[in-house]
Amino acid sequence: MTYLVKPKLLWDEAPKNALGYTKRDYEGAISTLCAGCGHDSISAAVVQACFDLDIQPHRVAKLSGIGCSSKTPDYFLGNSHGFNTTHGRMPSVLTGAALANRDLLYLGVSGDGDSASIGIGQFAHAMRRGVNMTYIVENNGVYGLTKGQFSATADKGSKSKRGVVNNDSPIDLVALALELGASYVARSFSGDKEQLIPLIKGALRHQGAAFIDVLSPCVTFNNHAGSTKSYDYVREHNDAVNRLDFILPRDQIRASYAPGSLRRIVQHDGSVLLLRKLDTDYDPSDRVGAMNHLQERHAVGEIVTGLLYVDSSGEDLHRHLNTVEKPLNQLGDAYLCPGSMALEALNASLR
Amino acid sequence: MKANKPIQSCNDFVIKFANVNGSGSASANELFARAIMRMGVPVAPRNIFPSNIQGMPTWYEMRVSAAGWLGRRGGCDLMVAMNPQTWDRDITEIASGGYLVYDSTKTLPHSRFRDDITVLGVPLTEICNREYSDPRQRQLFKNVMYVGALTALLDMEFAVVEKLIADQYRGKDKLIGANVNALKLGYEYAKANLSCPLGLRVERANAVGDQIFINGNDACGLGAVYGGATVAAWYPITPSTSVIEAFTSYCRKYRTDPDNGMARYAILQAEDELASIGMVIGAAWNGARAFTATSGPGISLMQEFFGLAYFAEVPAVIFNVQRGGPSTGMPTRTQQSDLISCAYASHGDTKHVMLFPEDPYECFTLGAQAFDLADRLQTPVFVLIDLDIGMNDRLCKPFDWDDQRRYDRGKVMTAEELEAGKNFGRYLDVDGDGIPWRTIPGTHPTKGAFFSRGTTRNAYAKYSEAGTDYVYNMERLRRKFETAKKLLPAPIVQRASKPSRFGAIYYGSTGPAMAEAFALLESQGVHVDTMRVRGFPFADEVIDFINEHDHVFVVEQNESGQLRMLLINEGEVDPKRLIRVLHYDGTPITAAFISGRIADALAEHKVTPIRKKVAS
Repeated sequence: MTYLVKPKLLWDEAPKNALGYTKRDYEGAISTLCAGCGHDSISAAVVQACFDLDIQPHRVAKLSGIGCSSKTPDYFLGNSHGFNTTHGRMPSVLTGAALANRDLLYLGVSGDGDSASIGIGQFAHAMRRGVNMTYIVENNGVYGLTKGQFSATADKGSKSKRGVVNNDSPIDLVALALELGASYVARSFSGDKEQLIPLIKGALRHQGAAFIDVLSPCVTFNNHAGSTKSYDYVREHNDAVNRLDFILPRDQIRASYAPGSLRRIVQHDGSVLLLRKLDTDYDPSDRVGAMNHLQERHAVGEIVTGLLYVDSSGEDLHRHLNTVEKPLNQLGDAYLCPGSMALEALNASLR
Repeated sequence: MKANKPIQSCNDFVIKFANVNGSGSASANELFARAIMRMGVPVAPRNIFPSNIQGMPTWYEMRVSAAGWLGRRGGCDLMVAMNPQTWDRDITEIASGGYLVYDSTKTLPHSRFRDDITVLGVPLTEICNREYSDPRQRQLFKNVMYVGALTALLDMEFAVVEKLIADQYRGKDKLIGANVNALKLGYEYAKANLSCPLGLRVERANAVGDQIFINGNDACGLGAVYGGATVAAWYPITPSTSVIEAFTSYCRKYRTDPDNGMARYAILQAEDELASIGMVIGAAWNGARAFTATSGPGISLMQEFFGLAYFAEVPAVIFNVQRGGPSTGMPTRTQQSDLISCAYASHGDTKHVMLFPEDPYECFTLGAQAFDLADRLQTPVFVLIDLDIGMNDRLCKPFDWDDQRRYDRGKVMTAEELEAGKNFGRYLDVDGDGIPWRTIPGTHPTKGAFFSRGTTRNAYAKYSEAGTDYVYNMERLRRKFETAKKLLPAPIVQRASKPSRFGAIYYGSTGPAMAEAFALLESQGVHVDTMRVRGFPFADEVIDFINEHDHVFVVEQNESGQLRMLLINEGEVDPKRLIRVLHYDGTPITAAFISGRIADALAEHKVTPIRKKVAS
């Protein structure tokens, strides 16, 4: 971690977004993670995505569990409320928060230990409920704060820093999210911000459960030969199916591409996901096809990245519960309390 | 055993129904209880049921008491034995001189009966088979038919039961006719073939007044609606499930937007208890009033989250409908055994607010108040009831609500206050009461955001590992709990007719039995002042009450004396002065048990009751 405090002064020409905010308005406290940690790149990508999307920082609620990744919400969006909950239980707290106020953007940040080990149950159930959120797992296959134990996403046969071989089968959270009905599923790499930033933007503007698995190497405990989550390994085996350009409704699509090389998906809010195909056969609206593709590539040691699945119908938990448009936390007494007259009638029916 | 004189009693006896669960008997039994109540005579029914869906024994025990005693009495004056599985023990349980009503379709040998009871056979199956062809009807109407027979045997007003059926099935006229017909069949058979009435009789009285008849879980659900809860997250567990069922149906009734049919509430069945309390905490952190309902095992699972809510200071309301523990324990029996696991839930130094409603009326009022307290104190509030209150219909005061009352949302800083430059430190004790100010996410673009966490932080919510910050925070939390004492419902004291060196402290579902025991002891010339505790942390009056008396009985329904432990610990009371009166076999405590234990203990302490003077 760095001990240098960023200067408060800004140079005049710092770019501003439509709200008049500079990127600094989206930053948070100084990171306490190790120098070179992939997680800091993800935090920077979140800052960039929110800046580009002109999101009012206080309209975001950022929640996390416990672990290195879960510390990061302190390091971005300092003007947003944040909640560092208990280990593996962020999804339930986020779900409750989302029920209370449907108008905020919910950003859940978790790690592979937090979501695939202790919290796999809550991860699974938040996905299947279609909670309207962006759920990012900063996946490094290892427990950092407790010094290098394998997590449940560590590949079978991968080696720890001390040379121990992992014999357990890995959990692929992307495959799980697809299986459980998440409506926006992506995988990316913290070392590839060109790929990651648009994926985060698309997720933030997606209505429903959006999940991004971000491979984020642990420079201290899992960046050696024999690890399948090291910078080198991920770079060599990154098998991207597409590249995403995220276009806000107000922007015009200018780029032109060869016919058949582009897939255009309009999200529920009018934003456009422009997908440049790298694998011409890959169809991000085919959930079963996506699951097959993942399994096939994983079998040969490749890591599939890109926007893997999207369903832009806008289904989400609030729609399923048929809750009123006004956030529940803003309903006044008169909307909530039936009053004494109703009680008298009820009393009469109980005699 | 030879013929004791049959028991003679008007409006004061116990009837027990022995049934098979899943046979539809519950609604018939309840109908019968309501009929007695409609005749102005108080009844206190209790369901004794198995953890099973169909086929196991279940009992419905009904105390009829003109005096209005609603605690369990024990014993059985009239048994309606409908379950061959439990026949022998059911017959044994009848008091000498008591009565047995049974299905006499199949002849039973003399040896299966007793000579000292009155045996009343009604060929229920035979009549049903004659009258109905559908097997389900044969089963269901058998139950209504024995209600009819009892109506005749106990000299009740047929028209009352008939009207009750009409009320119950209003709008489903076909069902009214069929049920009344079955009722008549039983009634007429008894009138023609049995000597009606028995020594036991129900006579019209005026002892019910305007009381209502409802169970505690329904009342908790209603309290949550009136308390302004908008988010409920839960996981099914006996005996708390019906709290959520009630909340759901009251919400549908009272919280559906009339314009578009949309819900002004969100109810989510979580994947487990951990998730349900997590959702509650998330919703409350985000400014909604939220609650869960659970029972002992759920409380165990939620421990870590209770610590987070305590330390991060997030409101939450937990209805804990207690059952027999530890572990799965006696899941369908009653106990008050979660006090300790709630009072100090979670690791580290924690303490939690608890409320102890006595009956459905208080389930409603304290249930609603719990949301104000949680918001005001920014901490979890546990509403502790038990199966006896939660799952049995009970006569109680009618519900009331002051329309002038506004929800107390506690110290929530608004966008205007932040804009005006009010100093905001999430964990800063500005007012000296230990309660800091909070902001709701989304309030202001640049001011008032903070990061909630379970780790130590300074008064401005910044991460800190400094001992001084930690201590500041812990001392403030202690002050907050001093403040809590003054906000909780006050204990209720009943003084004996003569000054006494002895007191008794009790809470929750022990209330009705204790009230009766008090009267019983008074009538024996034994004087004991009583205090019903309604909240934790204890008000100073509770400790003062103990100090006023040489000895205080602590009456509760668990094995280890959990309230007593809390009194000793929190009030620094000499343990020798607190005498345990403990009942924990899963049945509700009785007045006879309490008064017996107290009288025995007083005898040991060589206290001679002041006998009433006999006229010379």
